[in-house]
Amino acid sequence: MSKIVFQHPRSLKHAIFHYCPGCGHSIAHRIICEIIDEMGIRGKTIGVPPAGCAVLAYNYFDVDMIEAPHGRGPAMATGIKRALPDRMVFSYQGDGDLAAIGMAESFHAANRGENITVIFINNAVYGMTGGQMAPTTMLNQKTTTSPAGRKQALDGYPVKVCEIFSQIGGVTYLERCSVSSPAGVNKTKKAIRKAFQCQMDGLGFSMIEILSMCPTNWKMSSINSCKWIDEVMVKEFPPGVYKDNIAAMKSTMEDRP
Amino acid sequence: MSGNNIIGEAAIRAGCRFYAGYPITPQNELTEYMAEHMRNAEGGVFIQSESEIAAINMIAGASATGVRVMTSSSSPGIDLKQEGISSMAACELPGIIVNIMRGGPGLGNIRPSQGDYFQATRGGGHGDYRTIVLAPATGQELADLTMDAFDLADKYRTPVMILADGMMGQMMEPVIFKKAKPRHYPEKFMLRGAGEGKSKFIRGLLLDPIDSEEHNWKLFRKYEAIIEKETLFEEHLTQDAEMVIVAYGTAARIARGAIKRLREQGMKVGLFRPRTLWPFPELKLRALSSTTKTFLVFEMSTGQMLEDVRLALQGYADIKFHGRPGGAVPTPAELANVVAKIYHKKD
Repeated sequence: MSKIVFQHPRSLKHAIFHYCPGCGHSIAHRIICEIIDEMGIRGKTIGVPPAGCAVLAYNYFDVDMIEAPHGRGPAMATGIKRALPDRMVFSYQGDGDLAAIGMAESFHAANRGENITVIFINNAVYGMTGGQMAPTTMLNQKTTTSPAGRKQALDGYPVKVCEIFSQIGGVTYLERCSVSSPAGVNKTKKAIRKAFQCQMDGLGFSMIEILSMCPTNWKMSSINSCKWIDEVMVKEFPPGVYKDNIAAMKSTMEDRP
Repeated sequence: MSGNNIIGEAAIRAGCRFYAGYPITPQNELTEYMAEHMRNAEGGVFIQSESEIAAINMIAGASATGVRVMTSSSSPGIDLKQEGISSMAACELPGIIVNIMRGGPGLGNIRPSQGDYFQATRGGGHGDYRTIVLAPATGQELADLTMDAFDLADKYRTPVMILADGMMGQMMEPVIFKKAKPRHYPEKFMLRGAGEGKSKFIRGLLLDPIDSEEHNWKLFRKYEAIIEKETLFEEHLTQDAEMVIVAYGTAARIARGAIKRLREQGMKVGLFRPRTLWPFPELKLRALSSTTKTFLVFEMSTGQMLEDVRLALQGYADIKFHGRPGGAVPTPAELANVVAKIYHKKD
């Protein structure tokens, strides 16, 4: 008897990714789809892709999807989830989408404890528009709009989303991972699965930040992009669990009459 | 009931089960009404959002699931909703946006105004789209048109705006709520999870210009059907009128008061009142020019609907204008004086 150990996820359409070689989006897409398959939730999942490279996510995810205007994913996901509380609702957002133009929507969806999951792709750059400075761009990192490197005096500091969101009362689960190594991918998958389970159990807002490669706009090879995450980015954005209120939320739920 | 409360009650009776809004004067009573009464509506959701931008996107998300949705605000807040309105038009999501207009531009003031006509009827947001704009002028009409707005939004899968002003929102009038029509919104347009079937997506982004062009023409054809079938207006004492005032909403109420005085003084003045501002009742207004040659456009603005009246009547009749912008509300007596001067000069 042969056993299938690896196959194309059912929830991932048979389409060729438009993402650049070495981009982290395709890895993130795939592992989300694997989790959707494993949890058997394809039929009840609704995804909200952002403006940015992942705007075309509906070409790849074989689940119901609706595109949100730039930054508004968490507001739209809120609307969907409140209307259909038993569905699995996730928004998929980049760093500009989440931490610049959509900071208010993200912050307040988190603060309300909306029972949704945010997949936050942090690649320290605006990808689709051609590599401009993002809120998470590293100090001294060169981009098309910080040609001399990001300067604190002019551009402020990289926004540490997990650190900030860990202080928000409505957040139940918060983890930062990376898809720059096989171990990182496995961890990311576990984290997303935990977040989805948190939502399934009705425990409230979860967000997984994924440090993700953008070789094209970083002007690096794929391998060097992975190295840059592992050696440079993680110093500013250390991976780890930033908040885990799952057990506490569970016991609160059990206390309810 | 106050106008703001009438809109809220009519919406709930029409089956609205999702409302999101952000406080702004002079529409707060509507948000508060929804907070209180959505609790008792089965499946009702009320969210006080962090901004008008969030509110419009929340209703867009809920609308996609097939729920009847509404948001409300006042002029500066409606600015912030334009991104979402454009997006809802592109994604063909039904939804109701209430604008209880106040003085502008900028923060302006909280007095009644009609300065948002251009914004409402010209799209407001970016791109080649239109928004159905309903302009009630009485408490009863606030109720009726609010309920109709939900049917229109469903029928054409498009956002519908109810355009009133601070006066309409705050005034108290008796009202009888009509029975809501049963809803027929096809499930194929609802995003509720794919189940065992094929997944769907809703989007406004069409990167291929040919696809995008076709989408724009598709929307355009829809708008043409709306123009043909949904244009609403009211005529008052126009049959023998030698002069007709063109006004909507609160301005039309003031015009009625003025006309009463003018008629008492023997002046044959009538009222043409668009009830839909988009589509504008252009052909009906033009038809009136066969019997009346002088028209006075009266708005609580410096002249915005005036441009639509010109498109309808330029070359057919003489067009005059009287306006009070920025939150100033003229009395019927003031308007009657303006009309009388023009009326007598005409002779």
